[in-house]
Amino acid sequence: MNIRALLNILTGKQDSKDIAKERLRLVLVHDRAGVSPEFLERIKEEVIQVISKYMEIDENNTKINIHRADGTAVLEANLEIKAIYRQV
Amino acid sequence: MITSGKGGVGKTTTVANLGVGLALLANKVVLVDADIGLRNLDVVMGLENRIVYDLVDVVEGRCRSKQALIRDKRYETLYLLPAAQTRDKNAVSPEQMKKLCEELKAEFDFVLVDCPAGIEQGFRNAIAGADRALIVTTPEVSAVRDADRIIGLLEAAGLGGARLIINRIRPDMVRRGDMMDIDDILEILAIDLIGIVPDDERIIVSTNRGEPLVAADNALAGQAYRNIVRRLLGEEVPFLDICRQNSWFGRLKKIMGLGG
Repeated sequence: MNIRALLNILTGKQDSKDIAKERLRLVLVHDRAGVSPEFLERIKEEVIQVISKYMEIDENNTKINIHRADGTAVLEANLEIKAIYRQV
Repeated sequence: MITSGKGGVGKTTTVANLGVGLALLANKVVLVDADIGLRNLDVVMGLENRIVYDLVDVVEGRCRSKQALIRDKRYETLYLLPAAQTRDKNAVSPEQMKKLCEELKAEFDFVLVDCPAGIEQGFRNAIAGADRALIVTTPEVSAVRDADRIIGLLEAAGLGGARLIINRIRPDMVRRGDMMDIDDILEILAIDLIGIVPDDERIIVSTNRGEPLVAADNALAGQAYRNIVRRLLGEEVPFLDICRQNSWFGRLKKIMGLGG
């Protein structure tokens, strides 16, 4: 930690560059996810593949999206379970 | 090609300085202004009074490429192919641009294409003729965001491995914590760095005169461009430590072992 970071903690201030970086990080999550429609579709397919090892999923009732919430970016997956396989 | 997405980050100045820098090391260089309708490279180079034919004249067959090339009298091996000012970006197709660049590549050691801002036709034209890309950005949210988009588009077009130039860094602001530093930007964009250029008033002065700064020995920004040129030629050159220059605070931190 450097002196400035220590001062910021003591005074409760945040460097404007850290605000810039954080805003940039969030906006890029959105940009990158939104650029190609296939991107989320590919994630959806692979998530279904993984989850399907443990339960039967209704693929028609599956939704995946990325949204911003209170200064974070969230990947939200809603999968409707038809049945869960018995665990051995 | 030299590109950025966002306008006003210093693409044209970068092209002019890298071109002169390469020519100073005896490379045969041609600068191509691909910004049809908004030509600027000619004035930055101070060659605006010598234009007879332009890029559109060449691709439409009104002259041979040799006739449109302007030789820079100050640097023996440097040429400019100016953009047309009275046409728009759709006057040239990616195929025509590709053909033109192939022709120039056979003739020159380096063909530097100054790509227009934006991601439309002019950008696609520049991509068509390019083997590799340099991306110019500044330490601002908007410029880095656009650079990220450009990196994605370049990769989609098969031009991966683009390298980044971070322009207009202000060491004083970085030290105050009011400007993103090189590591912040590299962490976000995750591409290779080829150069960092400090903000320098002398860039404006040299542009006023139409004489690229790279030839001036004393300017730090000129040194930065010369370093980029050497890296383009394959040399390993350490990056300028511009954020520590003349900083008593930086030296103090170093002494105290606090890094920074």
